[in-house]
Amino acid sequence: MVSRIAGRFQELAAQGRKALIPYVVAGDPGVAVTVPLMHALVEAGADIIELGVPFSDPMSEGPTIQLAHERALANKVRLRDALDMVRAFREQDSTTPVLLMGYANPVERMGYAAFADAATAAGVDALLTVDIPPEEVAGVNAELHRVGMDNIFLIAPTTPDARIATITGQASGFIYYVALKGVTGAGHLDTADVAAHLARIRETTDLPLAVGFGIKDAASARAVAEVAEGVVVGSALVQRLAESAAAGASNEQTIAHAVELLSEIRRGIDGASF
Amino acid sequence: MTTEIDKTLFDTVPDAEGRFGVYGGKFVAETLMSALAELESLYRKLSNDPEFQRELDEDLAHYVGRPSPLYFARRWSEQIGGARIYLKREDLNHTGAHKVNNTIGQALLAKHMGKRRVIAETGAGQHGVATATIAARLGLECQVFMGEEDVRRQALNVYRMKLLGAEVIPVTSGSKTLKDAMNEAMRDWVTNVDDTFYIIGTVAGPHPYPEIVRDFQCVIGREARAQSLEQTGRLPDALVACVGGGSNAIGLFHPFLKDDGVAMYGVEAGGHGVATGEHAAPLTAGTPGVLHGNRTYLMQDEDGQILHTHSVSAGLDYPGVGPEHSWLKDIGRVQYVVADDKEALDAFHTLTRVEGIMPALESSHALAYAGKLAAGMSPDQHIVVNLSGRGDKDIHTVAEIDGIQF
Repeated sequence: MVSRIAGRFQELAAQGRKALIPYVVAGDPGVAVTVPLMHALVEAGADIIELGVPFSDPMSEGPTIQLAHERALANKVRLRDALDMVRAFREQDSTTPVLLMGYANPVERMGYAAFADAATAAGVDALLTVDIPPEEVAGVNAELHRVGMDNIFLIAPTTPDARIATITGQASGFIYYVALKGVTGAGHLDTADVAAHLARIRETTDLPLAVGFGIKDAASARAVAEVAEGVVVGSALVQRLAESAAAGASNEQTIAHAVELLSEIRRGIDGASF
Repeated sequence: MTTEIDKTLFDTVPDAEGRFGVYGGKFVAETLMSALAELESLYRKLSNDPEFQRELDEDLAHYVGRPSPLYFARRWSEQIGGARIYLKREDLNHTGAHKVNNTIGQALLAKHMGKRRVIAETGAGQHGVATATIAARLGLECQVFMGEEDVRRQALNVYRMKLLGAEVIPVTSGSKTLKDAMNEAMRDWVTNVDDTFYIIGTVAGPHPYPEIVRDFQCVIGREARAQSLEQTGRLPDALVACVGGGSNAIGLFHPFLKDDGVAMYGVEAGGHGVATGEHAAPLTAGTPGVLHGNRTYLMQDEDGQILHTHSVSAGLDYPGVGPEHSWLKDIGRVQYVVADDKEALDAFHTLTRVEGIMPALESSHALAYAGKLAAGMSPDQHIVVNLSGRGDKDIHTVAEIDGIQF
């Protein structure tokens, strides 16, 4: 069976389009925002939703997404609640893939088998844990594969060639290329450097390649879409949500502000030539 | 009690993946994996290089002032009336704690790797001071991440680091203590991995750090073993050390692990009491999980969120513990116990008044438990307590508790 993620990339390839993958943290800025926000992002052109699972110690995040995790935890949103949100999202959307992105410990605590069962029952398609590299992945991978979920691996600018092959050999769904050394929301993108790294990765795999970290607007999204199959937008979107909520906007207005940014980015991606 | 443990086990950890049984490992972002591999391969090479060992030994002798004495606390022992208590005087090291044993070693690794900048996390400030010290001596740029709460509690050490030329970066995220400082140091490392060496202060973090830090701290136990034989003609009946991340404890314990007759006690911070939940005792009251690059016992809730910790001593205020301790707990080789804030403060005052030695509040936890342990033993037995640091840095904390203002 083709997974929802693989299927989505196949459809996009057939249409000559690139995937837009927005990241938001479950429960940020408010508990009631997340599910309608997910639907609105799909409306605005999201192809895959990446839903962040709040964690007390998000070590790979820059300040913007750290604060989103803190807000979500203050709203008492945990892994179980994130799964409930996906279940609610699935009531109206059975086609858009949902990827959970987070850290090892909440998944460890729930137990790999229990997580795989609960996540697949809720309609989650894949898991990306920042701090479970291939060396530590055997346990969780066995359970994800048992239920037919994809495990999304990261490849970094510092990943040596031999290791790239090891990673792509275990991966399914797509490969997430981290465009810069650093935390989320930092730095600026060097598109030529990204293109060179993606070329190295393509020597080892036919899987679609998505790029995240450092994509802030339509222009940077367009540049990445010219060389990758997917574009991940995180901090810029989370920042938009935070500013809107902090200014006292209603949930509807907050969602509208996020949609505005995502629509611009969608237009950027669709304007890419490749 | 320990005879049923297969002693060959101790030579098998960590394994090639950095695991101590189910604990340890390398749970970090992909960006750091090649840096860890580079560190491991350099360490394998240098740890067998006589020239590197000579360089390290010279620094330990002439810069740190090793060997540190093993001191018989006669008056305190007589007051207790039980086992004789010996103190391993890591407080007499340059910079005032055991931390420097490790920072010297790691800074030499940094130098061999050609890194121009070192970073560190610190809780009480002892590891930060030790790192700033060695950075000054080697001419390395140094930034130290320290929780905002600890910056307040440890103002003296903050100023010491500044005098040494380091920049102290207050960390305002999360609980604003040691764990958050470690998060921020990891974030810096992932960003500046090309030119920066992360000097981790304890036996936690991703492989190979727990092994490297252990190896550098084992000088404590090797010396204590030889000094005990020399002064008493035999090995100690028990070892006692405080456990936050656990580097001073592993340094003392490790060279004795195969000695059946030596009981070992790791003393965690009981804070306001384990029953209150306000403590820093993951081995006593926690469950296994993944944090800061390794699998180990953690203080966490049922959803896997890391809990806030409390201890009067900033250096023990950490929700995890080195993975080797988790393994030693599970196999039963080391007993992990607690001393609470009040017991530690009492021990601080007692040692100061009875022996004229002012211990760090971290070490005071070990002293508190050692006092109780000694009382139940006989005068022909002896205990070695790791006096891991001196207490000058804690005078403000103690004064505040005693209601004294300067």
